[in-house]
Amino acid sequence: MTGIADLPVWAAIIVCLLVLAGSLFSLIGAIGMVRLPEFYQRLHAPGLATSGAVILVCLGSGLCFALLEGRWIVHEVLIIIFTVLTTPITLMLLGKASLYRDRTEGNDVPAKTVPGPSIADAAANRLPELPTE
Amino acid sequence: MRYWFPFPLLTLGLLVMWIVMTRSASTANLLLGILLSVPAAWAMVNLEPLKSRVRGPGAMVRLAGNVVTDLTLSNMKVARSILRSLRRPPRSGFATVHLTLKDENGLALLACILTATPGTAWLSFDRRSGTLLLHILDLDDSEDWPTIIRDRYEKPLLEIFR
Amino acid sequence: MTALFLVWSIQFAQILLGAAMLLILYRIIKGPRAQDRILGLDVLYVNAMLMLITFGIRTGDSIYFEISLAVALLGFVSTIALAKFLMRGEVIE
Repeated sequence: MTGIADLPVWAAIIVCLLVLAGSLFSLIGAIGMVRLPEFYQRLHAPGLATSGAVILVCLGSGLCFALLEGRWIVHEVLIIIFTVLTTPITLMLLGKASLYRDRTEGNDVPAKTVPGPSIADAAANRLPELPTE
Repeated sequence: MRYWFPFPLLTLGLLVMWIVMTRSASTANLLLGILLSVPAAWAMVNLEPLKSRVRGPGAMVRLAGNVVTDLTLSNMKVARSILRSLRRPPRSGFATVHLTLKDENGLALLACILTATPGTAWLSFDRRSGTLLLHILDLDDSEDWPTIIRDRYEKPLLEIFR
Repeated sequence: MTALFLVWSIQFAQILLGAAMLLILYRIIKGPRAQDRILGLDVLYVNAMLMLITFGIRTGDSIYFEISLAVALLGFVSTIALAKFLMRGEVIE
């Protein structure tokens, strides 16, 4: 049988620690999904699974297969790059969609033009006013 | 030449990726890789990606270092504030930041960085006034988020995408 | 002896991932609004991907990586489509 049993002891311990830490991060993220009361707070919980857990578990499996089969760890690096590039897009779209829904329902979220000191220095170099949609 | 290979680097990268993933460099596999990677570049032409000049290797290294350390630290921080959220619920809130960065690719990179680090979520960006709306999980009084974002991310990005 | 311990710790990691998936399932079922359910589905996909990678480590079979890449792609596309639907009420404009 191939698999983790054929690894040298030091590598196996590192692989196990990485995989355990990664799955622990994923579990903490899931706990956050259940515990946190607001949607916008829950929007942060998947970040633990997608950045911490994916990177740790993929590093673990990359080390395991690099030693076991001598193959390059392209798959793991691809998975890391893919998740790190794609989750921001999904989270951003979800955040935007829920902001849009909250605004149309009149819930307590910041309005479209945000009042605050940042607007004042923004007005200085603003482009000529375009007709708003 | 330019017509057949509009993005030579992309085509070459895809071909190398294909060969490394399938783990064989036989002629048939090479041909199949070319057959897949050349039309992929044509598809990219139809997407009309915005091109921007990238420079400043020093700033890139600095930015990468900042991102790696912040990724590690913010993972720990968010894990801690989730675990103790029953005793001490996190004080979260919205924050607005005014950005001077105008380059589209730079903004996309900034959005990826801010969303990939847990604890900050990019909600919306008003291109005309350059204001960014963020949601932050744990608002500590000691942390001034607009300044952190400007100093740690926007400054190197402004140097890279000049 | 060490081998047995190592297989056990991978199994324990899988149990942790399974517990995470159950918690997320609870959020998907209960989730007060549509965006909670979509967020839960996205995280469920990521956890399924991680579960497949741990299976790959346990059996030493690299076919699991191809599957996990496919799962990641499906999760990304479906979440984007659902979020688009929330925003506009239609997927293709």
